[in-house]
Amino acid sequence: MTGFSLDPELSRARRIRSRMHLSRSALNLGLGAVGVLWLVPTISLAVFSLRPEGLFDVSGWWHVLTAPTQLTLHNYSALFSQGFAAGGLLDSTLTSLVITLPATLLVTALASLAAYSLVFGNWRGRDVAFLVTVGLIVVPLQVALIPVLELYRSFGSLTGYNPFGTFAGVIIFHVGFGLPFGIFLMRNFYTGIPRDLVEAARIEGAREWTLFRRVVVPLGLPAAAALAVFQFIWVWNDLLVALIFLGGNPHQTLTLFLFDQTRSLAADYWIISTGAMVSIVVPLGVFFAFQRHFVRGLLAGAVK
Amino acid sequence: MPMTAATPEITRFGGLHRAPGRRRRNLASLAFLAPAAIWLLVVVVYPCFATIRYSFYDESASRFVGLANYKAVFSTDAILVAFRNNIIWVLVFPFLVTVIGLMLAVLSERIRWGTAFKTIIVMPVVFSATASALVWRTIFDLNPHVGVVNALEQTASDFVRPPGPYPVDANLGQSLAGLASTGVRPDGHGSLVSISTVNAGHTVELGLIGVSPQTLALLGARTARAPTAAPGVIDGLVWRDFSPSHPGARGRVYPDEDGLADLQVSLLRTGGSAVATTTTRPDGQFKFANIGPGSFRVQIDAQNFTSSFGGTFWLGSSSVTPTSGLSQTAQALLSVPLIDIAMIVAYLWMWAGFAMVIIAAGLSSLNREVLEAARIDGASEWQVLKRVTTPMLAPVLAVVFVTMVINVLKVFDIILNMAPGSSQAAASTLAFSMYTHGFEGGIHSGLASAIAVILFASVVPAMAWNLKRIRGQM
Repeated sequence: MTGFSLDPELSRARRIRSRMHLSRSALNLGLGAVGVLWLVPTISLAVFSLRPEGLFDVSGWWHVLTAPTQLTLHNYSALFSQGFAAGGLLDSTLTSLVITLPATLLVTALASLAAYSLVFGNWRGRDVAFLVTVGLIVVPLQVALIPVLELYRSFGSLTGYNPFGTFAGVIIFHVGFGLPFGIFLMRNFYTGIPRDLVEAARIEGAREWTLFRRVVVPLGLPAAAALAVFQFIWVWNDLLVALIFLGGNPHQTLTLFLFDQTRSLAADYWIISTGAMVSIVVPLGVFFAFQRHFVRGLLAGAVK
Repeated sequence: MPMTAATPEITRFGGLHRAPGRRRRNLASLAFLAPAAIWLLVVVVYPCFATIRYSFYDESASRFVGLANYKAVFSTDAILVAFRNNIIWVLVFPFLVTVIGLMLAVLSERIRWGTAFKTIIVMPVVFSATASALVWRTIFDLNPHVGVVNALEQTASDFVRPPGPYPVDANLGQSLAGLASTGVRPDGHGSLVSISTVNAGHTVELGLIGVSPQTLALLGARTARAPTAAPGVIDGLVWRDFSPSHPGARGRVYPDEDGLADLQVSLLRTGGSAVATTTTRPDGQFKFANIGPGSFRVQIDAQNFTSSFGGTFWLGSSSVTPTSGLSQTAQALLSVPLIDIAMIVAYLWMWAGFAMVIIAAGLSSLNREVLEAARIDGASEWQVLKRVTTPMLAPVLAVVFVTMVINVLKVFDIILNMAPGSSQAAASTLAFSMYTHGFEGGIHSGLASAIAVILFASVVPAMAWNLKRIRGQM
């Protein structure tokens, strides 16, 4: 008679504990199901990229569960074997990098400089300037597309160099729209650096540039890393800016490469899925390598 | 702000010592600001004003047209559709993603593998909207060999209502009446029934047309043979009443005609009740033995013709709200296309991780003692969540909500990549229609600018809210 207890309090506690135990396993099971469900789209994309193209619309991708021998790297080797031909997968990957890296570095550098000025400078109106920057964070970039195109055209007729259709044209635009958030993030971090530290160095006669390089930048590295990760993913994933400012360029970003294939979805899904896998592997790698920085960027920037 | 409490002595000293270099320092400090400031002025601030100016000019930005572009925005059905979709997105998405983020954040705190779980949920946040949209486009594909959703729907539907061997699909213009050729007619309840009655010792021949040779080959049908009468038995045949050698002739069994295999046929009393049921052989013959006297009819049962599940066109523009009989403008304003639902589901997958991370950070900074106190006082978990956790998290939830409102107002990539060309018009948003009017086909920079200005205006409340919040923190 182990289930019988003379002490009603004791048996009640046991009942509650067993109920909690039950709800705990239900919770594990439920969240396990949610986790699996959440992985399905990513897994399906991977499977599409690893199955022969002929199977796309004749048998569901989930059949690999029972026929894993269908999996092949053929799609990847087919696309990689094109090498760096303009408009191909490898060329597009390179183009994405060539656009994303400078845009990321420029935003991080310029935002750090501006934030230094906003926090440690002594000019009036710093707070107003900061608030204007905060306001700019949410400006939809659609607002600037047509005027910036016009600016590029005017610049082209003045100097003979029209940034439209060039990597520079895309980068310039990305930097402009990355700066408000970048300045916001860096400024918020720099206000946490003890002002005494900077003032003391000033009294010692340190120049502003030295102060910035030797004191503020090293202390602000965590924020700069967060911003760089955030900006990298932002620019890497952009479609609209590249779609408009890279017009006519034989080299295209990965998102443009994917978008180009969508016109014949069924025929080319092996290209789309393989390209999409390549396009998500890079930010995924950045995410796993700098997970903490990325999350800090998200937390700081829940406004963009 | 402990750092602004820099001791006054130092500042005073600094002031004394710094006097000669002060101007230079201020210049240096402004020089640090200059690149970013100039960049922002040229690429962001100036264009805002320029767009407002363009919005009052014609399609090539050469002639002032006053408010004509704004009038056009509010009287063009295609742009009203964009407004409607923006409203649907704003009403539905931020709320749902915040609730889901809250749930996931609260629940993932209580499992040992919470970090792994959160990582799985956050992953899609770093994927491009383009890649995600292209994945979800296959998930919602109409073809059950591509789309998981339609495959599941089909499995469920076939389980509840198994398809027959000879499906009649009304969507393809097929009908039972079109199938009946010789000796049968539709009974109005999905079955075919013999026109004449039959008694034991006699035969019955039922001809159908419109059955594809592929279906017959699949069912292993063989050449039809006319039945022979036997005492006490009703012998019958169901056959494909179409002869390639006599294409016009009906009602006779030719040697190049096949029997209809695997049909379920029932013997009905003249009153209508079934007394026996059997299945046709590969040559189309069937037999009812041991039957008593009286007249009967033969019925080809409805389940032979049940069509298979046709699939839901999730990526299509058909509306989930009734819109028949409404004017075109009213339809533009009131219909909710299926593609919107599919895109919102995809977007939830993309952004729930973001909401969850922000809320989880807020959750970890909550005062645990308050939650524990509520639990000890006997509050259920649901009550704790509703009455204690959620109100304490309100500021964080508001940040997530507003961020998602801003995000959703600018929805663009997912439409371009997830909606097939045929439903892009129905899925359009302001950002999308700004793109189509400004950069595709008949380019109209005035109209596109007007849309951009309206888009800008719609984020202004969120901008003001942000400024107020951040000013409060300064």
